[in-house]
Amino acid sequence: MTTSVTTPAPAKSAPKLRTPRKAYVPGKPRRSKLLTGLMALMVLYTVVPLIWLIISATKTQDGLADSNGLWFAKHFALWSNISDTFTYHDGIFGRWLLNTLLYVVLGAGGATLLAVLGGYALAKFDFPGKKGIFAVVIGAVAVPGTALAVPTFLMFSKMGLTDTPWAVIIPSLVSPFGLYLMWVFAAEAIPTELLEAARMDGAGEVRTFFQVALPLLAPGIVTVLLFTTVATWNNYFLPLIMLKDPDWYPLTLGLSSWSAQAQTIGGDVIFNLVITGSLLTILPLIAVFLLLQKYWQSGLSAGSVKE
Amino acid sequence: MRRTTSRVLRGVALVSVLAVGATACGSSDGDSEQKAVSAGDLQAALDKGGDITVWAWEPTLKTVAADFQKKYPKVKVNLVGERSGDKHYTALSNAISAGKGVPDVAQVEYFAVGQYSLTKGLTDLSKFGADKLASKYTPGPWNAVSDDSKVWGLPMDSGPMALFYNKQVFDKYKIAVPTTWDEYLDAARKLHKADPKAYIANDTGDAGFTTSMLWQAGSRPYKVDGTKVGINFDDAGAKKFETVWQTLINEKLLAPVTGWTDDWYKGLGDGTIATLATGAWMPANFVTGVPGAKGQWRAAAMPAWTKGDKASAENGGSSLTVPSLAKNKELAYAFVEYANSGAGVATRVSEGAFPATKAELESPAFQAKKFDYFGGQEANKIFAESAANVASDWKYLPFQPYANSIFNDTVGKAYVSSTTLAQGLKAWQDASVKYGNEQGFTIEK
Repeated sequence: MTTSVTTPAPAKSAPKLRTPRKAYVPGKPRRSKLLTGLMALMVLYTVVPLIWLIISATKTQDGLADSNGLWFAKHFALWSNISDTFTYHDGIFGRWLLNTLLYVVLGAGGATLLAVLGGYALAKFDFPGKKGIFAVVIGAVAVPGTALAVPTFLMFSKMGLTDTPWAVIIPSLVSPFGLYLMWVFAAEAIPTELLEAARMDGAGEVRTFFQVALPLLAPGIVTVLLFTTVATWNNYFLPLIMLKDPDWYPLTLGLSSWSAQAQTIGGDVIFNLVITGSLLTILPLIAVFLLLQKYWQSGLSAGSVKE
Repeated sequence: MRRTTSRVLRGVALVSVLAVGATACGSSDGDSEQKAVSAGDLQAALDKGGDITVWAWEPTLKTVAADFQKKYPKVKVNLVGERSGDKHYTALSNAISAGKGVPDVAQVEYFAVGQYSLTKGLTDLSKFGADKLASKYTPGPWNAVSDDSKVWGLPMDSGPMALFYNKQVFDKYKIAVPTTWDEYLDAARKLHKADPKAYIANDTGDAGFTTSMLWQAGSRPYKVDGTKVGINFDDAGAKKFETVWQTLINEKLLAPVTGWTDDWYKGLGDGTIATLATGAWMPANFVTGVPGAKGQWRAAAMPAWTKGDKASAENGGSSLTVPSLAKNKELAYAFVEYANSGAGVATRVSEGAFPATKAELESPAFQAKKFDYFGGQEANKIFAESAANVASDWKYLPFQPYANSIFNDTVGKAYVSSTTLAQGLKAWQDASVKYGNEQGFTIEK
């Protein structure tokens, strides 16, 4: 990209029709005070709750009640909160963390795998019924998972799978949006000529997929993996109706059950642990985003510029 | 026409639930339903051992279960306790109607016992000899778990009501601790005038609180005789409550804070909510939920409706029951008896639970216990006296959990609009009657 835009200089002799607008100069974007202000508000809106969460995690149950939400209490209790979170109730928080990881690895990982295989096949192979599949996938994207939770529960109940980890993992394997994304991405990122060349050289379909297509799909895979990971990590409603045994709870359900203790006669009120637990719950997601951001950023813009 | 159909359908639904319960009872119990189970049989079951699943959130049960397993090493108690309130009952009802995954022991609050016993969801424990334990318990809780000769559970704890008040706030504004509800009203005015941010109490409409207040005021809105039910909020007791509480609402003397939220705990801590009329189990929640206000609060007897009257009521409290579909009933009952009548009671009381058993309530050690949180006050004396003054003729509806769930749509309006409490209670009554009729109950006027 060596495009350079030069401002067309108005001819001196010609009469000025109107003041030319400031032209777009790459690297020196125009500023709008209104937009900057709006963006600042948005940043505040999204960041303040996070700051509140971080600050509140340093407070004791008592400190939470009698100090300002956005400033630290006298007693800095972050470390004791973290260790209490992991030791409370025989360390069940650790178990919930492992459960969540299990659901993410098998659920989100499996969903990504299926999306990659399906998306590649739909983008690069022609077969009857493809239009029908397209309609189904697009339709499925529009149906929120929450709406399907109860029918799914009834189905799993008949199969005797409720109250087992499978009841959370199997529904997570289906990600219509991920499939659609991989489909579009594969269509753009893998030149059909390349596949034909590979076939001409005598590579089988499996080898072509793994050695030629897969490396090209990497940015898309990371993007889909991120989406499905976040969706599985945050999933609340599905495990809520599927699981009874707290030993299989993911973090979301576990934290809500801790929070509910404050509404129980004789129950331990542990808002400080709920808050610390919430902070600990979002840390892995933040880490995943930071580690994978360069992949998915390049993935998002793939195919946007024709070169 | 459509309405009739849906009513018929719902009627059918109830009948089928009843039938499921009945057949489930019959199939799992067989002939043993009537047969008494002797202490020897229980001991034999305990020696043989096995697994039982207990659905209960009461925190002190953890130690009790551990002790029980130590005493009977062949028995494994699987305590599932991360769920409470609505979620607990939804799960329990679902399991019972599905006939699968029903626990051997379930914690059921007093207000919900009727619902489960009526649909034959619970085992009548009298065949295990539970009916002989009646004299061990205070009348309020025992009345809640039994009817006629049938016993649906053993009382685990109780909640005789007391008035908790923030002494620091009362002293600061030189307000006397109210002994009648009229004095309470004056205290509310005085306090709010002295500090516009402070309120005598919080209330945004709470079914459990309202029914307990009606109970104390002598109102008996619910009459229950099997499937024959009477609902009527139009009596002298209800009038007394309506008058005082309507005044508090009209003069905006109640903090618009919903109970059990973080706001509520905050208000209890910073002096903006100055009193709390609730069950004697509250100290445990004070200690963990409002640690910062240690030393500020005290307990007192409930204000009376007429000077010198000692009537009290229960608020909250729960029992341990054995569902009809429990797999291991002998072990289940043995555990319930151990926890709520045997050695478990002392363990639970020492961990802060409030007992329902007379022996513990009357024991000198219990009554002399000094509460550090209440500045060394011997609060149990107040609670025990309240427990003894609870009238035993109160009844909850056999569908009280449903009724409570619509409380805020009916009576709740009185707190946020020009609807009066009396109108709200009437609306609650009508909605409850309608539901009762739809469910196949005979509603008597």
